[in-house]
Amino acid sequence: MERIDKTPTKVQELVYELRVRQVMSRALITVSPEASMAEVKELLRTHHISGVPVLEDGRLVGMVSMEQVIRALESQQLQAPVRERMTASPRVLHEEESIISAIHQFARYGYGRFPVLDQQGNLVGLLTKGDIVRGLLKQMEMLWHAEEERRYQYQHMFEDIESDDTTLTLRYQVRQHDFDTGGEASSKIKRALERLGAHPQIVRRVAVAAYEAEVNIMIHSVGGELTAEISPGRIVVVAQDGGPGIADIELAMQAGYSTAPDWIRELGFGAGMGLSNIRSCCDTMNLTSEVGVGTRLEMIFETRDRGAR
Amino acid sequence: MIVQDIVAPLGLRIAAGEGHLDRQIEGGYAADLLSCVMSGATKGDVWVTLQAHPNVIAVAELLGLACVVITEGTEPDGGTVAKANEHGIPVLLSAATTFKVVSQLVKLGIEAHK
Repeated sequence: MERIDKTPTKVQELVYELRVRQVMSRALITVSPEASMAEVKELLRTHHISGVPVLEDGRLVGMVSMEQVIRALESQQLQAPVRERMTASPRVLHEEESIISAIHQFARYGYGRFPVLDQQGNLVGLLTKGDIVRGLLKQMEMLWHAEEERRYQYQHMFEDIESDDTTLTLRYQVRQHDFDTGGEASSKIKRALERLGAHPQIVRRVAVAAYEAEVNIMIHSVGGELTAEISPGRIVVVAQDGGPGIADIELAMQAGYSTAPDWIRELGFGAGMGLSNIRSCCDTMNLTSEVGVGTRLEMIFETRDRGAR
Repeated sequence: MIVQDIVAPLGLRIAAGEGHLDRQIEGGYAADLLSCVMSGATKGDVWVTLQAHPNVIAVAELLGLACVVITEGTEPDGGTVAKANEHGIPVLLSAATTFKVVSQLVKLGIEAHK
């Protein structure tokens, strides 16, 4: 599978959403069917365009292009009226048509431009492939600006708050054996980080570590608390429970070692990979435990370099 | 490829997330141990498993997986379906084994990462 970013899908969405009228050119240069091909040649030259609609009594009756001017020139018929050399009853687009439909017609008929009509059949614009590209780029830029602004607001939240040390603390209760809502605390931490504009890699690492820690409290302890302290440059996630504590921390850290009962393993938990998953996700991991008292797991993530380790 | 594209070829039943079948599939992963999935699956993967409890959705949501295919005719409970709908994660059901489902996905051109 090719790995695709959000951008192409956004363009795909846009070509369906955008209407022809939103990207077409409105500054209309037209010509009468009685004009000569020589006049068309001058019109094209002075306006740097490659084709014009032909209007008679305000109605579109044809299109005349550079190609037809050249052919008239070759056969020395530049004095012939446009009516004789134009493409009569040309293909048209309607202003409410989608861009994707216009793109299909460009591909199908091979024309360089289409006249655009409104509901009443009046000529309202002209559409070239260049107009489509420009229109899409403009829309993308607008979306991008909106996104940038949103990101800026979150990313600069900390900078805008004046204090010697600003920290945002998220705190969640985790209950024993609560498999139905298990994972929700880490899910909420993940969403908060995304909204704060954290780098996707940081978000993923914190989410995985927080999830494993949350599940550990859920499976192995009598219940506890998961907190995430978010400050500029650093995220500290702490999982703390009220017991029973880990007897042999070194053993518990070994990949594949598990004390989970069978019924928990059947649910897919208790693979013995939790702590080693956590260790590979965070920059610093501190695990302290006392049997009969409880366990405290501290996971530190350095975020200064936007997720790159 | 989007999630919708695997529904008919594999004869899958849609249990949840019907409105989100346009999610992009970028790869695949199969396992039943959640910690393995947490460390091994990648964003955009279709995850094939016979686990059907609500934590499957928590894992899928945390990792940004494209969808979950539950195999061997396992029925997800109401909590799983509700959670999947809430997070917009398609849950698709198959009577076939995990091995069979994975082999069909590979035929459709879905590959493992790395």
